[in-house]
Amino acid sequence: MFQVRIHGRGGQGVVTAAEMLSIAAFEEGRYAQAFPSFGSERTGAPVVAFCRIADKEIRLREPIMEPDALIIQDPTLLHQVDVFSGLKKDGYILINTNKSFEDLGLGDFVRDWPHERLCTVAATELSRKHVGRPMPNVPLLGGFAAVSGIIRLESVIMAINDKFSGKVAAGNIAGATEAYDIVRAEMEAARHEESAHA
Amino acid sequence: MLKQIEGSHAVAEAVALCRPEVICAYPISPQTHIVEGIGEMVKDGQLKNCEFINVESEFAAMSVAIGSSAAGARTYTATASQGLLFMVEAVYNASGLGLPIVMTVANRSIGAPINIWNDHSDSLSQRDCGWIQLFAETNQEALDLHIEAFKLAEELSLPVMVCMDGFILTHAYERVDMPTQAQVDAFLPPYEPRQVLDPAEPVSIGAMVGPEAFMEVRYLAHAKQMQALELIPRMAKEFESVFGRVIGGLTRTYMADDAETMVIAMGSVLGTIKDVVDEMREQGHKIGVLGITSFRPFPLADVADALRNCKRFVVLEKSLAVGIGGIVATNVRMAVTGMGLKGYTVIAGLGGRAITKKSLHALFVKAERSELEPLTFLDVDWRVINRQLDRERQKRRSGPAAEAMLRDLGMVAAKIA
Repeated sequence: MFQVRIHGRGGQGVVTAAEMLSIAAFEEGRYAQAFPSFGSERTGAPVVAFCRIADKEIRLREPIMEPDALIIQDPTLLHQVDVFSGLKKDGYILINTNKSFEDLGLGDFVRDWPHERLCTVAATELSRKHVGRPMPNVPLLGGFAAVSGIIRLESVIMAINDKFSGKVAAGNIAGATEAYDIVRAEMEAARHEESAHA
Repeated sequence: MLKQIEGSHAVAEAVALCRPEVICAYPISPQTHIVEGIGEMVKDGQLKNCEFINVESEFAAMSVAIGSSAAGARTYTATASQGLLFMVEAVYNASGLGLPIVMTVANRSIGAPINIWNDHSDSLSQRDCGWIQLFAETNQEALDLHIEAFKLAEELSLPVMVCMDGFILTHAYERVDMPTQAQVDAFLPPYEPRQVLDPAEPVSIGAMVGPEAFMEVRYLAHAKQMQALELIPRMAKEFESVFGRVIGGLTRTYMADDAETMVIAMGSVLGTIKDVVDEMREQGHKIGVLGITSFRPFPLADVADALRNCKRFVVLEKSLAVGIGGIVATNVRMAVTGMGLKGYTVIAGLGGRAITKKSLHALFVKAERSELEPLTFLDVDWRVINRQLDRERQKRRSGPAAEAMLRDLGMVAAKIA
């Protein structure tokens, strides 16, 4: 079972992202369970949502305390909420930012991490560009498909078409695709860097 | 058809497939998405011949439901928590009058302190109200039980509550197999009421009954629930033949055959418990599960049967009978009277406290070793409780307890786990 925790703020589509991730996994014939952290939703307040993906029925109902992957929709949470709590060693981290892990003050934390599992993408900017709104959730799913390899970009696009239609769907597909390409390039660069060091 | 949708929407679609004629509802978390979903289907014409009535309160919702059901319409509503409490007088009237209303209760705690999260306090507070109460383990079962509920209600002329864990199920996206209209039509015939307000054949419903017949009328309510004990398993079989899926019945066991320790629970926590049981089985523990689907009527004989060969049982429940302990546990103990079993009551998950595999594992091992107290509150923070008790001992004007306890935790908002 692969477990994803998504951190963001109320209004950034955190819960929708988890739901869409589950739809993408479902489209691939897998079992998936998405659920929010059951808070009173307020705009701007820290929000958490979860998604489990597995090849058999998922019965477990506890919150995800030891995620395999983290999607962080808002980097200002890094110093407010313990977003890394329980993250598995060498887990995947995707952050919505145009800064590097070092610039975010995470250099020490990820020192021994495989670099191709640490990715950033400026998803809010991509959303502004393609959808005209600052909604980082969908581009991040494109980026997540790239970094984790757990779902395909095509499945993310199917989930987008399930949730949205018309221009919004088209814009989100463009945003997710661009994020996917950016993250793929980042991973390539990280691999080159690591083999250069080796 | 397989779909990946939210539990609430799965229930909304299932209710729509049952061809309801009147839906009256008042929004309350975590139930709101269900009636919103049905409301949209009525508005866009997907659900025809159905009147959606926005009412001004839960009391009005149940009152309208009583009226429309008595007028011969298949009637549905949904509520939770304080909303259920607010409609209680009408809830008793619906069952007392024998009206086959179906209501979802998206289980949520009851205040004070106010809390929107899941436990079973709301529907269990209505355990004696005369409604049938069925508890769903998954979203698939929640949608299936709604289809069964209409048939059961109308067959017995009794109202049915389908209880599903608020947020944990209502807000979870998971895979469900949505039946076709033809399947539902094959299973659920049009509503043929036993009693109906019909101008062509006038009757009055809702007589005042004095001491001369009150006990007899009340006994009939009990007799009907006893009929339900026989009807529910039959209907589950019929359901299976039409839909090809097994649903609730009265109770369901898991890994129970040679189990020395049996864990008893209701609702979605059964999934987590089964995962723990699988892990413990691998380590050689003889442990099994009894899930109770029908809480009312309470299947005393089935429960006794399921526990006949075990040595001890643990009732894990999301409810608290303040001043005695467990609610489900009290019912289970009644079922095993004289069987000489060791029984433990565990109160867990109140107000949305996460019930984790880790805690359950440790709990069940303690039960096996006879190290468990008869009544346990799972994962409570004794430091917080003791500090408050201290404060109350030391100072007459110790102030409001909930606020002080939150302050001790240094919290202004809720935690994840």
